[in-house]
Amino acid sequence: MTDATASGAVPSGAGQGSLLAKDQRTAKRNAAEGRFKIYGLIAVCIGIAALVLLLTSILTSGLSAFRQTTIAMQVTLDAERLDPSGVRDYDEMAKVTTFGYAPLLRDGLQATIAAAGIETELDPGDAMELISDESVAQLRNRVLNNPDLIGQTIEVNVLASGRIDGFYKGRVSYASAELDSNISPEQLQLAEALEERGALKTGLDWRFLTAPDASDTRPEAAGLGVAIIGSAYMMLIVLVLALPIGVAASIYLEEFAPQNRWTDLIEVNISNLAAVPSIVFGILGLAIFINFAGLPQSAPIVGGLVLTLMTLPTIIIATRAALKAVPPSIRDAALGLGASKMQSVFHHVLPLAMPGILTGTIIGLAQALGETAPLLLIGMVAFVREYPDTPLDGGFFDPATALPVQVFNWTQRSDPAFVERASGAIIVLLAFLLLMNLTAIFLRRRFERRW
Amino acid sequence: MNDMRHMERAVRVDTTKIAARDVQVFYGDTHAIKNVSVDIPDKTVTAFIGPSGCGKSTFLRCLNRMNDTISTARVEGHIEIDGEDIYDRRVDPVQLRAKVGMVFQKPNPFPKSIYDNVAYGPRIHGLARDRADLDGIVEKALRRAALWEEVKDRLSAAGTGLSGGQQQRLCIARAVATSPEILLMDEPCSALDPIATDQVENLIHELRENYSVVIVTHSMSQASRVSQKTAYFHLGELVEYGETGQIFTNPQDMRTENYITGRIG
Repeated sequence: MTDATASGAVPSGAGQGSLLAKDQRTAKRNAAEGRFKIYGLIAVCIGIAALVLLLTSILTSGLSAFRQTTIAMQVTLDAERLDPSGVRDYDEMAKVTTFGYAPLLRDGLQATIAAAGIETELDPGDAMELISDESVAQLRNRVLNNPDLIGQTIEVNVLASGRIDGFYKGRVSYASAELDSNISPEQLQLAEALEERGALKTGLDWRFLTAPDASDTRPEAAGLGVAIIGSAYMMLIVLVLALPIGVAASIYLEEFAPQNRWTDLIEVNISNLAAVPSIVFGILGLAIFINFAGLPQSAPIVGGLVLTLMTLPTIIIATRAALKAVPPSIRDAALGLGASKMQSVFHHVLPLAMPGILTGTIIGLAQALGETAPLLLIGMVAFVREYPDTPLDGGFFDPATALPVQVFNWTQRSDPAFVERASGAIIVLLAFLLLMNLTAIFLRRRFERRW
Repeated sequence: MNDMRHMERAVRVDTTKIAARDVQVFYGDTHAIKNVSVDIPDKTVTAFIGPSGCGKSTFLRCLNRMNDTISTARVEGHIEIDGEDIYDRRVDPVQLRAKVGMVFQKPNPFPKSIYDNVAYGPRIHGLARDRADLDGIVEKALRRAALWEEVKDRLSAAGTGLSGGQQQRLCIARAVATSPEILLMDEPCSALDPIATDQVENLIHELRENYSVVIVTHSMSQASRVSQKTAYFHLGELVEYGETGQIFTNPQDMRTENYITGRIG
């Protein structure tokens, strides 16, 4: 034994030689560690670069959606023309279509041009193309809702047409106007002249967030109002349904259910459901809620139910993990004092699991907020101009769209102005997601800091 | 000191509080407790000693049916408290556990205030008529657990913020607050330092006046210090049961002697 050691049978290296000099193995291990650190750093950098690229591209093309070009003018609401019957009756007045209102704006614009002392070769009809078609409808709605305005001269701030708006956002130039049948260089000159005199302005405008969608030819008027309400309604339904059902199911499975083949089967199926592609849930919703249960298409109630089904597995998995993380000694303590199973769960286990449950729920909600595919199948991709009612008036059953669907919808349209609108909608969607994640962090901190 | 101990031991121990007959416990296929029969007297401290895995904690958990919470555990035989079979179908374990309090190995206060920790039992059992009554119960329990002087000014502070020894005494106060008749302690000092252990041991001495205390311990010196009766468990069997003095000075069984003299365990 001693002979063997003395003759050098022990491999050289480990534990031999000076500590001041690195041996070969140590140098190799250090090199491997160094390489691994570099790989990690590269991966992180790629991730950050991708994120920055995404955000800059969305922000540069989308932020302008929150700015709008408008033209200020005086409009005389001629009683003869707008209410021929003279009784100020809604149904009578509604007989006057937008064709009746267009000349008022045309005259108003001409008066503005004349007052500003601008010389233009454009006839009044061509000058009118500076103004969005939507403005005429907006003026009509304003008058119908407030008949007292008839006969007065009112100040209006009308939307400029999509091409003029694009001119001030860098989409349209004199060169492109030459080739464009929708706008001419003369019209751009008129717009510039109006801007110099202060009648035409480009500024911050919240109509993008409040206005409903508009048709293909009126990108300047398209807004997210209906989509935001639709998404909010659906989130409300998901929260109200998925949170209690998910938490109750998790508590039962984790704390009460016997461990047998049936619960194992349920467990496996819940995990599998979390991995089911969301479009499958759309088919399910179409088959069950619309075809079988007869709920209306495009309604937030159906979207909410489908998203609830989709969110449930996420919430159940998160809640079960949170319940599992509560130390068993707490349960023992409560049971040892003579608390019933339910008391031990509701008084002690659930409060401790709350941060985890809330985080899981909000992550599930955020996932549901960004979900598009199942909503396409239940008809939420429709063009909806009418705001849904308040939930108390059955608003859950009114047609609506959702934010991600609106993005999808706008990216399908041909007018380049819709690229800006879609990017703007993405910014709104991301802002909501950020808000929800911040809420999750806030709730988590708050509940954890209690002790 | 020793004379005093022997005097205490001479105190009559007549009434039987817990009577166990032929108790068997199975965890799945494992036979954890084999044929244990024991009579535990009232108003005494009974110590269960034995090497790790000998089943002393398992048997202790049978006495308040905490084994019910383990789905694979199965208990056979009879355990009677005050002449009533606690494994009778009509017995609700929740009611039983209010009568048989338990203190665990690791201090496990609820992550709530000291006050709420102690008040939890009385609250769920409806022992207090009003707030003043509950305050009285909490104070009495904390005094009995020798914790009142240390925490009376910070009852609303977190129970988890106390030191280990204080936490364990808080757990004892919590168990005492529901006024149980029997107190089960599962190695209550194994997570504590010597000073805290000493405090808890003194407490056990005082608790004996009102309760029948059953304590599981790894420490033979602790068993000899605090108990009047000692039961030695070995591989799921109750090897020897008798007066503590007799077990430690004159064990009848070879296995007990080997354990006590440090040859096994």
